[in-house]
This record gives sequence, structure tokens and C-alpha cells, in this order.
Amino acid sequence: MAQTLKTTIKEGAKRALGVNPQDAKISLSYFTVAFVSLLIGGLFGLLQGLERAGLIQLPHWLDYYSILTAHGLLLLVVFTATFTIGYQFANLSHSLGGLLPKVRKMAWIGFGLMLIGTVMSATMVLLGKASVLYTFYPPMAAHPIFYFGLVLIVLGIWSSCFGVFTNYRHWRKNHPGQTAPLLAYFAMGVFILWFFASLGVTIEVFMIIPWVLGWVETINVMISRTLFWWFGHTLVNIWYLVATSAWYVIVPKILGVNHFNEKLIRLVVILIVILNIPGGFHHQIIDSAISIPIKFLHVFMSLSIAVPSLMTAYAMFRVLEKAGRKNGGTGLLGWFKKLPWGDVRFLAPMIAMIGFIPGGAGGIVNTSNQLNQVVHNTMWVVGHFHVTVGVSVVLTFFGICYWMIPHLAGRQLTPQMNKIGVIQTIVWTVGMTIMAGSMHIAGLFGDPRRTSDTSYGGHEAALNWLNFEIIFGVGATILLIGVLIQVYAVFNMMFFAPKGHTEFPVATAAPGAPKAPMWTERWGLWAVLLLAVVAMAYVVPIVDMIWNAPPGSPPFKMY
Amino acid sequence: MHRLEEIWMTISIGILVIFMLVIGYQTFALGMGPPSNMDTIDPQNVEATEPFDEPGVKEIGENEYEAVIIMQQFGFQPSTIEVPAGAKVNFTLTSKDVTHGFQVVNTNINAMVMPGHIQRISHTFDEPGDYLVVCNEYCGAGHQAMSTTIIVK
Repeated sequence: MAQTLKTTIKEGAKRALGVNPQDAKISLSYFTVAFVSLLIGGLFGLLQGLERAGLIQLPHWLDYYSILTAHGLLLLVVFTATFTIGYQFANLSHSLGGLLPKVRKMAWIGFGLMLIGTVMSATMVLLGKASVLYTFYPPMAAHPIFYFGLVLIVLGIWSSCFGVFTNYRHWRKNHPGQTAPLLAYFAMGVFILWFFASLGVTIEVFMIIPWVLGWVETINVMISRTLFWWFGHTLVNIWYLVATSAWYVIVPKILGVNHFNEKLIRLVVILIVILNIPGGFHHQIIDSAISIPIKFLHVFMSLSIAVPSLMTAYAMFRVLEKAGRKNGGTGLLGWFKKLPWGDVRFLAPMIAMIGFIPGGAGGIVNTSNQLNQVVHNTMWVVGHFHVTVGVSVVLTFFGICYWMIPHLAGRQLTPQMNKIGVIQTIVWTVGMTIMAGSMHIAGLFGDPRRTSDTSYGGHEAALNWLNFEIIFGVGATILLIGVLIQVYAVFNMMFFAPKGHTEFPVATAAPGAPKAPMWTERWGLWAVLLLAVVAMAYVVPIVDMIWNAPPGSPPFKMY
Repeated sequence: MHRLEEIWMTISIGILVIFMLVIGYQTFALGMGPPSNMDTIDPQNVEATEPFDEPGVKEIGENEYEAVIIMQQFGFQPSTIEVPAGAKVNFTLTSKDVTHGFQVVNTNINAMVMPGHIQRISHTFDEPGDYLVVCNEYCGAGHQAMSTTIIVK
């Protein structure tokens, strides 16, 4: 009784105050780093697009491959990680009644580590001493400082992971018999996945560091590749899970309806957390040293990741239909027109969800064994992840900005800013459609990815690609305009928008809906199951790679 | 679960299962699985190891050839390959330095080639022409120049 009273008072106080300023500062600092990374990384993306189109030639002190490495590192690692951490801490603060002081400390330690790590790695890349791309496959070796930077980035993320775990456990202890708020539940899923995903790449980097320093002569190439993809593809699904949290919990509130059945939502989170890590193997479908039956098992494991996404597709369309009918839509599809298309908080995540239809389907193609052989390392793959990450994830993130940043900064989302947001969403959608669409087609014609120039001495097969590459350049130019608008909007809402109050839209359960079952809260069990699936996937091939290892490779320095 | 939702999930999981059956049949019954050779080699001693001591094309049977190719930054040994039209070619590949990709444009030949591992992939060239071969895994500053041709006469 006393406990509930205390909570009620605390919650009342929070509503009166709106936001805890100390927690808001953490999130806003992370967002600042995220959007500075987006600006720099996006600019590099444009330079790549123009070089591929043959319109510019980058000087040798800033060559294509170092720009490409920086683009990958800043957008795939730094932008997504810092945005996610900022967003998740804001969610926790909002739904668990503020962060604990020690968790705040962890968040700041993580922030510092990530910042130092990013500066170290990015500096080496831009000095041309670490042109090893996002995948840094050994036996290519970058400057040791590049790897030290990566270690610090991972440690920074772990610091946030443990902060989230600590806060969640504290809340659990004080609320026996209650299920955690949905947003906190999602955060838990995201950080558990992050922690276990980064174990793979951490082991890899600790294999690389002594090798690159010369303490060890050779490295096992296959194991390092495999450990990288243990992390590499899971990272993708971490962003996707973050985006999903906004689709399930935030979007319905903006539409003015209740969220979908909570048991199903929690089941989706659990499935994504448990099934995800073996998905990394589909990046190695045309590798040597992994047998065909093992690869086929992995095709099955990768395809199973589609199941929670298909559940999500159903759930979201039900929610959308309910909202459209509530607004007076009639007939089979009339409700579609009645959705609030002019509200950026809805429009951006909606296009993100629509983008996941081709994005997810493309993913199913990529993971399908011999189909992968047709598209592996062609521009098709680049087109694919510019749809999944560049539309489904990033547009959801952008949509979140338009209410979360003014909410945290104690400002208003003005109608003018909403209009800018709608324009930004349209610009982004057009740019990405042009760029990713042409990348898909060029890839089917065999245009290879990760190369600065595809003229190949004027070979006729290569000439076919050039027109598509000019279209990539056009798309990239439109996208950079999108980046500039978005960065302007973010910092305007952070520092200059009129003071006031912006709602933090969290959907509630439908009246009379069944409560979520308590068994969904057994995170220890989900972690054990995740490890069981990882063991099922990795023990046999990795033991094989160690047992039947060839003599290792010495480092080939790229600096 | 809602009735409609059950239908939706049944159909979508059904599609995935059919998909698995199709690619499984192609892989195991038709032998169309991805290149997955298990042999290893000392990456620092490639040219002293068979068959890479003699890179090039050899006739190994009725209209069947073996093409032994060493990949290195930023080229191929041998630098060009000639085979007659209609021939089946078994490529035997390895790398002397970093990871490379072996892709022949306008065919389904696409394989990763790692140092320390021997990769094999086969293809029958029905159409005569000059086929463009590119390295499709980033291998360093000259990666964009790493290409060759297969002349099919």
C-alpha cells in the first residue's frame, strides 16, 4: 500500500514536471552526436555516389575507400548506436519514472567512451591508415589505433547496456507481480541483443590486436570473418527492433488508438532476441570452409527471423485499419486515405513500414542459398540495405525526432516544423527510391559493390552499369538535401523552437484487454535460449574451422 | 490469436516452407548449392603447392577443363583464360594475400576466395564471347583495377 502510494506520488510529480532534466540531457547529448555523425557520414555518401558516377575524382589523400570506410563506420555504427541509446534512455526515463543516479553515471561513461573511440577510429580512417571498410576482414590490417577505437566504442555501448539492465532490475524489484511498461520491455530486448551480438566482434578484435601489433604472427581468416558476421547482421536487427518499438507503441497513440495485443508484441520481441544471431551466416553463403548442409541449416535459421516480422506486418495493418475506420474511412481500403498523412510523426514511420515490405522481401532473397550467389557483393545488396536501414530504420528514427527532441528540450513542435518534416520525409523517400531502386537493378546486371570505379578498361558488360551509376549519384544528391533538412530540424527543435510542451505519445492497452503474462519477463530464460540457438548455429562450423584450420595469414598492412 | 491472424501466419509461414523446399531441392537434388569447398592450403606457400604450381587451363575430360587461378592484389594468374564454347570449366581458386571475390559477369559464377582456403566453382560456357571477370571483394587501393577476361571461342 505504502509502495503504491509512493509510486502514485512520484508519477504525479513526474507528470507535473514533464521531463527529468538530467535524463533529458543524456538523451539530447547522444542525439547531438548522432546527427553530427549523420551529417558527416551523409556527406561522404554523396562523395561516393559522385565518384561512382564518374562526376568527380577524389584526391588520393582522401580516397574513395577511406571515405567508404568512414561512411560505414559513422552511419552503421555511430549514428545508429548513439540514436538508439538516446532514444532508449528517454523511453526508460519516461516509463520507469526516471533513471537511477548510478545509471545516469553509466550513460555518461558510455557517452565519453564512445566519443573517444569514434574520434580515434575515424581519425585513422581519414588519415588513410584504416581503409579496411566496415567489415575490416583480416588479413587486411588497419592501424592498431583504429581497433583500439572500436574497443572503446563497444565498451561505451556495454556501459549503456548495463545501465539499462540495472534500471530495469531496480524497477522489477520494486514492482513485484507487474509486467514492465512496453517501451522498457523493448529497451531490454534491444540491449540484451546488443550485448550478445557484440561478443562476437569483441573476440574478433581481441584476436586482431595482438596480430596487428606483431605479437602473434598469423590469424585464422575464416574464424575472424565468422565472428564479425555474428555481430554484423545482428546489429541490423537491433536497429530494426528499435524501429519496431516505435511502430508498436508510439504510432498507435499518434493515430489515437490503442496498441495491439501486448502478449503478441512481447512474443515478437522475444522471437527477435532469440532467433537473431545465426542470421549472420547468410553473409557467408558463398564462402569456402563451410559445408553445404551447414549453410542450409543457416538458411532455415535466417528465414525464421522473417516470422516475427510477418507478425508485425499483420499487427500494424490492423492498428492502421482501426485508426482509419475511426476517422470515418469506409469500404475495403477507404480507411487508408483517412490516416493523418500530414502529421510527420505518423508519415515518417509509415513510409518506413511500407519500405520494409520490399526491404524484408529482398532480405529473404539474399538469405536464400543459391539466390545469394547471384547477388552477393553486387550493388543489389547495397540497394537492399539502403531500403532496410536507409528507409525502414532511419525514417522511423527521423519521425521519432519530431516529437522526442522538443519533448526533451521543453519546446514545441510547431506547425511550420511539422511541414518541414513532411517535406524532409518526401525528399528522403524520393531520393532513396531513385538510388536504391537503380542499385537493385544494376546489381542484377552484375555491377560489383565496394569499388570506386567500374569501367574495367571499357569492357562492354561494364558499360551497361554506367547509366545506373549516374542515377545513384542523382539519388545521393537528393538524399544529402534530406540530411541537411533533417539536421537543421533536429538542432532547431533542440535549441531554437518556441518553449512549451510536446507530448510523449505512448499508446495504452485496449480497455478490457488481457494483461500480458508474467512469463514474458523471464529475461534470464530468453538469454539462455538465445545462447542455445547460437550454440546450435556456431559450435559445429567454428570447431571445424579451428580443427581443420590452414596455416594462418600474416597482416597485409593497408597503411 | 485472432482468426484472420492465424490465416495470415499460416499462409506466410507456408510460403517460407515452400521456399525452403524449392531451394533445398535445387541444392541437394540438382547440385546447385553455393561454392563450399573445404580444402585448405598454406597461404604463404601457394606457388609451391599443387595445383597452384602450374596455374592455367588444362583439359581434364571430354569437353571439360580445369582452370587453376591464383588471385592476388591486384590481378589474376594466369592473366587471361581461353576455353571453347560449350565447355564445362571447373575453377580452382585461392588467394595469396587478402580475401578476394571471384565474379564472372553475366554468369552465376560468384565465390569468395580466402587466403588459406581453396575454393571451387563450375560453369558451362554455352555462348561464345569475352566474359568479364572482376574481383568483387574489396582488397586494397587497386581493387577497382582487378579484372580479367575469359575468352570463349
